[in-house]
Amino acid sequence: MQIIVNSKPTDITVTSLAAAMVELGFLDCAVATALNGQFVPKGMRESVELSQGDRLEVLAPMQGG
Amino acid sequence: MQLYGKKTTSSLMLGTAQYPSPAVLVDAIRASQAEIITVSLRRETADGSGAGFWNMLTGLGLHILPNTAGCHSVQEAVTTAQMARELFGTNWIKLEVIGHADNLQPDVFALVDAAKILAADGFDVFPYTTDDLVVGEKLIEAGCKVLMPWGAPIGSGQGLRNPDALRAMRAHFPDVPLIVDAGIGKPSDAARAMELGMDGVLLNTAVAQAGDPAGMAKAMSLAIEAGRSGFTADPMQPRDIAVPSTPVLGMAELM
Repeated sequence: MQIIVNSKPTDITVTSLAAAMVELGFLDCAVATALNGQFVPKGMRESVELSQGDRLEVLAPMQGG
Repeated sequence: MQLYGKKTTSSLMLGTAQYPSPAVLVDAIRASQAEIITVSLRRETADGSGAGFWNMLTGLGLHILPNTAGCHSVQEAVTTAQMARELFGTNWIKLEVIGHADNLQPDVFALVDAAKILAADGFDVFPYTTDDLVVGEKLIEAGCKVLMPWGAPIGSGQGLRNPDALRAMRAHFPDVPLIVDAGIGKPSDAARAMELGMDGVLLNTAVAQAGDPAGMAKAMSLAIEAGRSGFTADPMQPRDIAVPSTPVLGMAELM
């Protein structure tokens, strides 16, 4: 199925958010996730099932003022 | 200053953006003697660049204040704050809800709404706000224990555009820590903010975009300390006329 990862349409072969993070290469723990605008805590990624067209945001620490 | 139970010796909070290089950033942080630095969250790239930045910061052992920079709605700001809490392991959040594209002024209505939600969810909210007293009151009612009024628009370096309003805030909120956030350009701006009785100054561009960021960081630190000392030493009031400082009694008649 196709989901939108950080604004980019992306094909994935798995359905759980945790598995998708591995497939997408976000192996590092220093990221936080939001699905369709809602925060998904790290511990919940295993139980969240993705659907076609879901918008996933993967954010990391960055410089800021 | 003391913010949400955290005591610091320095009254300067330093932003980490726009430095020419990570090494220059680290030098500037050290020279500033700031104990609190601000950070943000952005989309992670495939190369994992965020992890490198995070590893560098944690090595400095400073207190981290994540921001919600760039958020324009309550929903965006709340979600970003929740992500920041997990990522940085802190309840602190510098709450920015931008309301206008030109001057980046806060949308104070959305700011109050977001502050309510976040304070109820256990966050220690540092709201980037205007110098409006009524908005300040609403933010306190929402659960904020710190207010961060702007000095001038973000990144403008214009200094304090409305010192009278900041003075009024000091008088109106005697027991609330006040941090001037945004608009500081030169050390004299920072000193003036402290002379008005502010508890601290948060700045970024003034240091990051200086020709010598570490040198400017040190200058800001000294100015803030001088301004604070000047405020606590209870300065004289200006007078409309000249008053001789040398005694006139006992003057010789030499004409």
